[in-house]
Amino acid sequence: MIDKPHLVVIGNGMAGCRAVEEILARDADAYRITIFGAEPRVNYNRIMLSPLLAGDKGFDDIVINDHARYADNLIDLVAGDAVVAIDRSAQTVTARSGRVEHYDKLLLATGSDPFIIPCPGHDLQGVVTFRDMDDVGKMLRAADAGGDAVVIGGGLLGLEAAHGLALRGMKVTVLHLMPTLMERQLDEAAGWLLKEALEARGQVILTGADTAEIIGHGRVEGIRLKDGREIPASLVVMAVGIRPNVALARDAGLAIGRGIHVDDHLVTSDANILAVGECVEHNGLVYGLVAPLWEMCRSLADGLVAVPSGYTGSVTSTKLKVSGIDVFSAGDFSGGAGCEDIVMRDASRGVYKRVVVKGDRLVGAVLYGDTRDGNWYFDLLKRQDDVSDIRDALIFGQAFASGGGADANPDAAVAAMSDDGEICGCNGVSKGKVVSAIVGGAVTLDAVRACTKASASCGSCTGLVEGLLSLTLGDAFAGERAAPTVCKCTSFTHEEVRRLIVEKALKVIPQVMQALHWTTPDGCASCRPALNYYLLCAWPGDYVDDQQSRFVNERMHANIQKDGTYSVVPRMWGGITNPRELRAIADVVDKFKAPLVKVTGGQRLDIFGIRKEDLPAVWADLNAAGMVSGHAYGKTLRTVKTCVGSDWCRFGTQDSTGLGVKIEQMTWGSFMPHKFKIAVSGCPRNCAESTIKDFGVICVDSGYELSIGGNGGIKVRVTDLLCKVATEQEAMDYCAAFIQLYREEARYLDRTAPWVERVGLDYIKQRIVEDAAGRETLRDRFLFSQLFMQDDPWAKRAAGEDYKLHQHLAEIRPMVPA
Amino acid sequence: MSLQAEWLDIGPVDQLPALGARTLPVRGGREIAIFHTANGEVYALVNACPHKAGPLSQGIVHDTTVTCPLHNWRISLVTGQALGSDVGCVPVIPVKIDNGRILIGRAAALAGVV
Repeated sequence: MIDKPHLVVIGNGMAGCRAVEEILARDADAYRITIFGAEPRVNYNRIMLSPLLAGDKGFDDIVINDHARYADNLIDLVAGDAVVAIDRSAQTVTARSGRVEHYDKLLLATGSDPFIIPCPGHDLQGVVTFRDMDDVGKMLRAADAGGDAVVIGGGLLGLEAAHGLALRGMKVTVLHLMPTLMERQLDEAAGWLLKEALEARGQVILTGADTAEIIGHGRVEGIRLKDGREIPASLVVMAVGIRPNVALARDAGLAIGRGIHVDDHLVTSDANILAVGECVEHNGLVYGLVAPLWEMCRSLADGLVAVPSGYTGSVTSTKLKVSGIDVFSAGDFSGGAGCEDIVMRDASRGVYKRVVVKGDRLVGAVLYGDTRDGNWYFDLLKRQDDVSDIRDALIFGQAFASGGGADANPDAAVAAMSDDGEICGCNGVSKGKVVSAIVGGAVTLDAVRACTKASASCGSCTGLVEGLLSLTLGDAFAGERAAPTVCKCTSFTHEEVRRLIVEKALKVIPQVMQALHWTTPDGCASCRPALNYYLLCAWPGDYVDDQQSRFVNERMHANIQKDGTYSVVPRMWGGITNPRELRAIADVVDKFKAPLVKVTGGQRLDIFGIRKEDLPAVWADLNAAGMVSGHAYGKTLRTVKTCVGSDWCRFGTQDSTGLGVKIEQMTWGSFMPHKFKIAVSGCPRNCAESTIKDFGVICVDSGYELSIGGNGGIKVRVTDLLCKVATEQEAMDYCAAFIQLYREEARYLDRTAPWVERVGLDYIKQRIVEDAAGRETLRDRFLFSQLFMQDDPWAKRAAGEDYKLHQHLAEIRPMVPA
Repeated sequence: MSLQAEWLDIGPVDQLPALGARTLPVRGGREIAIFHTANGEVYALVNACPHKAGPLSQGIVHDTTVTCPLHNWRISLVTGQALGSDVGCVPVIPVKIDNGRILIGRAAALAGVV
């Protein structure tokens, strides 16, 4: 072990970590590796900062390598301790803490720094850049306070920052020096369409706007332009560009230009020092996008531990990560001698496409509104394919150009891609890599995501990955493709509908159906209840429940029976009752001539044979004795079954009845994807049958064993142990968090058992057990939504609400002929 | 009202919930369900699914269809026919709206009265 040469990496960002990954993939034993990072965090996906700001992702979603990953590979991660000096003759680096490490090979991956316009006021509080997690943190705090934000810079980064802040409720003005937005990536036409679309969303876009001064006393208060205009702002984001971070390299005497000079194997002017990423200059070019970085890392690893391949520079493409606005560009579209443009517009669909051809090669493409063919154009461009044969159809996209026409197989697009064609831009994954993962046994979308990271970040290439699965596996995948659509009224899956409801801020059922192109006028008996649930879960307190989208039992707050009468189950907290409740139930049975009373499996009493007209009167009588609805009819908490526990039982270890009552009082009334049953047993003898409930608690001497995903129905399933906790409060917190996760992520009509099997116990453990902060926010969201749900529906009906549901419209009494 | 009147007035349209139904018992005969669709049309069927006589009035109404609450059979409000792969038919009672009032066909409503 000691004999292994030591590779020291400066920079724990995307380039540094990717380079290490590529090296390990080729030869895991070649080097002992130490990584220095200036940020006190594990490695995360910097290009996902935009979705993080926009609220589409959380920090955990954008982590690339967690601590375990470093430990597994025996990598020494030194986070939060920046390297301050390199001694090339001694081959050592020195960190700020004074730590010195000897290196055999040194890799510089110092990235770039945001460019700050040196105008007056640039150092005021409230002026931030958009580069790392700390910046996002500052922006989120500013957004919480609300008010006006100014973003300086209308390029990719600036527009994504503006979008995120606008979604967070700030009034956003974008200042851009040039006459068109994203002028380096878009032509004037596409830039204009983009400006219109952003303005329609409420952003103010000022082009040709030159900043003179940022004004304020200690804190930013606004901005003054050179033409004298002033714009108020409590937050100013500078997103005007980046500059390679070459300070360490310069101090060490390496050759630098705009970036650190490297050769085709990413070696600097010192043969023992390599450099990669945004800090390098290769053949006079500096790159600020992620795709070139992946290509550099491959060549670097090839050169260091395998067969040198040589980096030849990158052709880049751009996609804007602003949901609902599709923009793609690649290559050169500035025109010039010998270039010809082919343009197509479809105003009603808001589509603009332009491809630039030089001779018989494609040299550039700009797509707005319909970017499906972006990857295909990019592939043609990178491969320098001869396009003369398909030139006439080029602008209509791959389906037409390949001769397929309207009914072309959608998988044809992905089939026609070359092996090194890029599938996932976020993670730099090629088609070849995905296919070999599938051949190697990753036969589901989740498995491909787990082993290649393709489509695991922004998800926009999910369709391509699915296409590759179906191409590679044939029918074996088609049958297995697990995500079903909500119903025949839509082609969207449950997950997509839920995501779009939040993303597009859809607030009522007709709006969802319109925005998501429902194929029926008002849905069906499958999708209406599902949408009603998804909306209620997404907008607690805001959304008004739609009675007509509820299944009869939930509309009538009782269980319909085969003869059209109903059964009524009042709540008995934790299965405990008393003489007053029993008398009231007995009286109801007598008064309404109920033909049957039965003890249920959930430890309460069920009164059968009540007519819908009599329900409000029955409920009024039960309410009068202090009883409320038992929700025996709903997609909601049914009961918390308990045993008598330590108060009475000679084996009891804890107060299982007391805890059951507390849990039932916390959880009753919640609307969920399906019914939900809980039990608390006072000892491992498990008299309350906790191990076949959705959430089960088994008390032991030292605390509480929590288990999930059990079911006593058609297919019996024993719960999986989630974890053990020490206190009642923890048991309740975990319960609330688990229910909320189920509420937010399961499909409507999924019981917990199939849901847990689908997403995996490890996932649930990660969200509920390992991620303590995440657990708390889930619990808080559950308790918040409960503020609006814990209203006894019987009391309102007994008081006359929705009386039409219980009364006949009229009655016909024919006159009997004499 | 003449005994021979062709139409029976059973009440104002605004007593029907949108996308819902209410019931109309017929003494000595079969209960009728009056349905209200999303675009304001009114239909009437005998309130018994051809499958197991489930109360159609309690089903979810969508387009011109109601889904029976007992076993999810879909019944056309226009023809009374079961849709999809199920086979069966429930009697349809003619309905018309006059001046905000619901009128149903007398003969069909009283069919089977003993």
